[in-house]
Amino acid sequence: MTEMSVESVDPDDVDAADILGSAIERREDPALLTGDAEYTDDIQLPQMTHMAVKRSQHAHATIEGIDTSAAEAMDDVVAVYTAEDIDVPGNLPTGWLLDTLNQVDHPILADDRVRYQGDAIAVVIAEERYAAHDAVDAIDVDCERLEAVTSPREALDTAPDLHDDAPGNTAFEWEIGDAEKTSAAFESASHTASIDLENQLIIPNAMEPRAAVADYNPSTEELEVAMTTQNPHLHRLLMSGVIDHPEHKLQIRAPDVGGGFGSKIHHYADEALAAWTAKQVERPVKWVATRTETYLTDAQGRGHETHGEIAMDDDGTIVGLKVETEANLGAYLSTFAPAVPTYLYGTLLSGQYDIPAIHCEVTGAFTNVPPVDAYRGAGRPEASYVVERLIHLAAKKMEMDPAEFRRQNFVPDDAFPYETQVAVAYDSGEYEKTLDRALEMLDYEDFRERQREAREEGRYLGVGFSAYIEACGLAPSELAGQLGAQAGLWESSLVRFQPSGTVTAYCGTSGHGQGHDTTYAQIVANELGIDYEDVDVVEGDTDEIPQGMGTYGSRSAAVGGSALVKSSQKVVEKARSIAAHQLEASEADIDFENGEFHVTGAPDRSMHITEVAEQAYLAHNMPDETEPGLEATSFYDPDNFVFPFGMHAAIVEIDPDTGEIEFERYVAVDDVGNQINPKIVEGQIHGGVAQGIGQALYEAAEYDENGQLLTGSMQDYAVPKAEHIPEMETDSTVTPSPHNPLGVKGVGEAGTIAAPQAVVNAVVDALEPFGVDHIDMPLKDEKVWRAIHENGGEN
Amino acid sequence: MYPGEFDYLRADSVEHALDLLDDHPDAEVLAGGHSLLPTMKSGLADPDVVVDIGHIESMQGIEHDGDTTSLGALTTYAAIDDTDELWEGATALAEAASEIGDTQVRNRGTIGGNLAHADPASDLPGAAIASDLTLVAEGRDGERRIDADDFFIAMYMTDLREDELLTRIEVPRLNGSAGGAYVKKPSPSSGYALIGVAARLQIDDGAVTGARVGANGAMDHGVRLGPVEDAIEGESLTEDTIAAAAEQATDNLDISMMMDDLQASSEYRSHLLEAYTERALARAAERAGATVPA
Repeated sequence: MTEMSVESVDPDDVDAADILGSAIERREDPALLTGDAEYTDDIQLPQMTHMAVKRSQHAHATIEGIDTSAAEAMDDVVAVYTAEDIDVPGNLPTGWLLDTLNQVDHPILADDRVRYQGDAIAVVIAEERYAAHDAVDAIDVDCERLEAVTSPREALDTAPDLHDDAPGNTAFEWEIGDAEKTSAAFESASHTASIDLENQLIIPNAMEPRAAVADYNPSTEELEVAMTTQNPHLHRLLMSGVIDHPEHKLQIRAPDVGGGFGSKIHHYADEALAAWTAKQVERPVKWVATRTETYLTDAQGRGHETHGEIAMDDDGTIVGLKVETEANLGAYLSTFAPAVPTYLYGTLLSGQYDIPAIHCEVTGAFTNVPPVDAYRGAGRPEASYVVERLIHLAAKKMEMDPAEFRRQNFVPDDAFPYETQVAVAYDSGEYEKTLDRALEMLDYEDFRERQREAREEGRYLGVGFSAYIEACGLAPSELAGQLGAQAGLWESSLVRFQPSGTVTAYCGTSGHGQGHDTTYAQIVANELGIDYEDVDVVEGDTDEIPQGMGTYGSRSAAVGGSALVKSSQKVVEKARSIAAHQLEASEADIDFENGEFHVTGAPDRSMHITEVAEQAYLAHNMPDETEPGLEATSFYDPDNFVFPFGMHAAIVEIDPDTGEIEFERYVAVDDVGNQINPKIVEGQIHGGVAQGIGQALYEAAEYDENGQLLTGSMQDYAVPKAEHIPEMETDSTVTPSPHNPLGVKGVGEAGTIAAPQAVVNAVVDALEPFGVDHIDMPLKDEKVWRAIHENGGEN
Repeated sequence: MYPGEFDYLRADSVEHALDLLDDHPDAEVLAGGHSLLPTMKSGLADPDVVVDIGHIESMQGIEHDGDTTSLGALTTYAAIDDTDELWEGATALAEAASEIGDTQVRNRGTIGGNLAHADPASDLPGAAIASDLTLVAEGRDGERRIDADDFFIAMYMTDLREDELLTRIEVPRLNGSAGGAYVKKPSPSSGYALIGVAARLQIDDGAVTGARVGANGAMDHGVRLGPVEDAIEGESLTEDTIAAAAEQATDNLDISMMMDDLQASSEYRSHLLEAYTERALARAAERAGATVPA
């Protein structure tokens, strides 16, 4: 149960001038709450067929033969396809390249070998969904099982190769920082601390499973694909190559999307197969993943095995940090897989700290689990987890208070922009502010006293801190290109007045729960000085929106929001010239305020921007050389990432008899820059923290020695429920980003990045009397009980 | 996932149901559907015929007669939870019913379906034993009464015969100085009991005159914890006597047969069984009106 601290307000009760920054109610919620939303599976088209996918039961096997005859003979079966029918490239590409990357084939239907349980082998197109699934069951696949491996370390050390093009199962070897300088720092250090940890594989579990409805018109060659996606334009580009269909004849549309958490960024086989089969059968094809398929095939997150070390001088100043990680990439390279454990991970290893020497080596490994890619936070939670666990151990080693150890090592307020030793420059930050606020909320000194007293009574309380940093809005495009991105990382927008004075704002991001319809309308209404209700927002359709990069990496406000500001400003400038012309004044003498243009010093000589819009479409009286109409398109390419930060802290009590963990407090103080809508910010923090606690305490993709998923349903995989989540106490500070027009940073991933180490540090702090230094996530009660037990604890 | 194709037959009466089951010996019986349908959707069950008994009038309803409450086998968990007489006189059963699943499950799932399905991790077997239920089965030869102690045999296996239907459950109600409780350690994923312990204590003049303790989640079927009962009977209730009795929780159990899975090892379950037995006894004692001195 969580208590909300920000009150929602009705937009009608907010002055137009205050709309930006108000906690107005989300305008998308009524449809989502009443069932009026349209998800992909709600789409029904005439003559529509249904696709189901035959998947590998084995994690690793050669395919000796596929018999589809029984399936083909079944009533209501329209067609059955296997790899040999695929007459297009049919190979899923990788969107991020590294110098050392071993690229491997990733066919949309496996031809001679399957590499994870769930790998697609054949598809059935049938008149209805049940018939399609029954026919899939009738396909007989003759397989020869091979040895399977699910741990990256084992895959690199001993397992047989998954791919001919990746000897030793090595996907890449990558490093960042200065190895020599870091070694020297460790040699001269007075103290060190180290950790071996696993950051376990997580299954994303968006509420809406992946789905697609593809509709092909053979006369026009237009192919329309409605699908659950976070980035329609990127899917259009990738899919056009995979199924060899011209990009301008391909429309990708995201209806309402029920969550993604990263898993709907990537281009998968299934959506491509739905599109390709629609062309084959020349009828609409619908595919909706079952929950089982979601568990087996959605790209998973995390999956690191890491050794980390930290070095301090005599007074507890950090002098060096080194990290070696084996990253699980799964069976194939998913769309952005190579970026996640490298540039989204190694670059964040300085945390909030001024660390003079850092070195990080990462080896990517192919294993027999589904492809691993971005999952809420993507690389940054893994980095923050390593850093904050090491900081906890370092403070203990130094016999220093963990809060004061952090304070001593923070990047100081006057050091921004701060160049880290791992290639990024933090834009702005005031780290002590969030620490101080968190300590105040925790009543920290009092807690330490209570902790001492409780221990004397045989009760075990602990506090854990997480001073997290994240990097959002990966940018600029030139830098992304140098690092290996096969895409730009700008955002585009179009802001269009209608003649009657209402506005439609189009943005190339693609919200799937974030509330963009509300926040983007706030941004545009504020820029144009018009009513919030007069702005409509359109996202998620390649035929409506000029171009776009999508929603992920907490980029929408910082990059998409800035693109909307840029277009709005262009609209205002054009409107200014029209107003100047009609008011018979020079443009330089026209002021713009709250939607009103007026001649400087003569407030009576004025035109509202909505009147200018009407005039722009009448076009009866326009300045020379000015085109009719009032709209503008922009591409916004940010100067840098934005770097939100904050301090989360958990207080837990452990029952030493059973290992059960109970939350006493969860405090979150976040600085995400300027806030467009504090209610949405708070909601993002709450959801993110819940997901982070899920990883800390409950969630893990667990496999047996044959690579079979043991946690393949919600019966066995614990997605946290309301009863598992503590009441959260949230507060925020505001340190604007200096380099985007809104001064915003990003909030979508903050809670997920921050929470795991706050919880683990708290549990380890509680168990200090038992000599417990570390427990790998998820901290199931039994693991905690064993840690106590094995250290001579109770019973 | 999607279940395979099956024929759906609806029974109008117990006799009709028995006829249908006679005609289709491999049919599955559908009551509330909250055990059967998930197993069909996951492919664990793939019956050709499903016989729906959910509309049989004579298997519905709750009747109170003297110290006994008779529950139609189709009584939902929610209806049990809503019955004050059961909370007062058979607290462990009412509490167990209130702990099952979520609101939607409790509105659909039935006591008869639950007991007959005999999922070892379900919340009812322990409470059925602790509450001393009598299960009434109807077959061709009429009624047969089965003590809850004798009902659960193994995982998904009960004393019910192929040609019998569980139609009614009789619940003895204890009033006066008696108290019951059901406590569970739910799986964080499924909500099923990793360990669940139900206890019923009768107290006279500060001493325990009757104790029944049952557990689910521990073994392959619901079990009665006799040694715990023996240890607490005759004792006055203190933290020490409760703890000492709870330590007997695994004494009569074959630990090598203790449930052992991804969610909890048998070793941890054994330990939890003691811990949760202690909690169940303490809560039952408190409800029986005993003040438990340290």
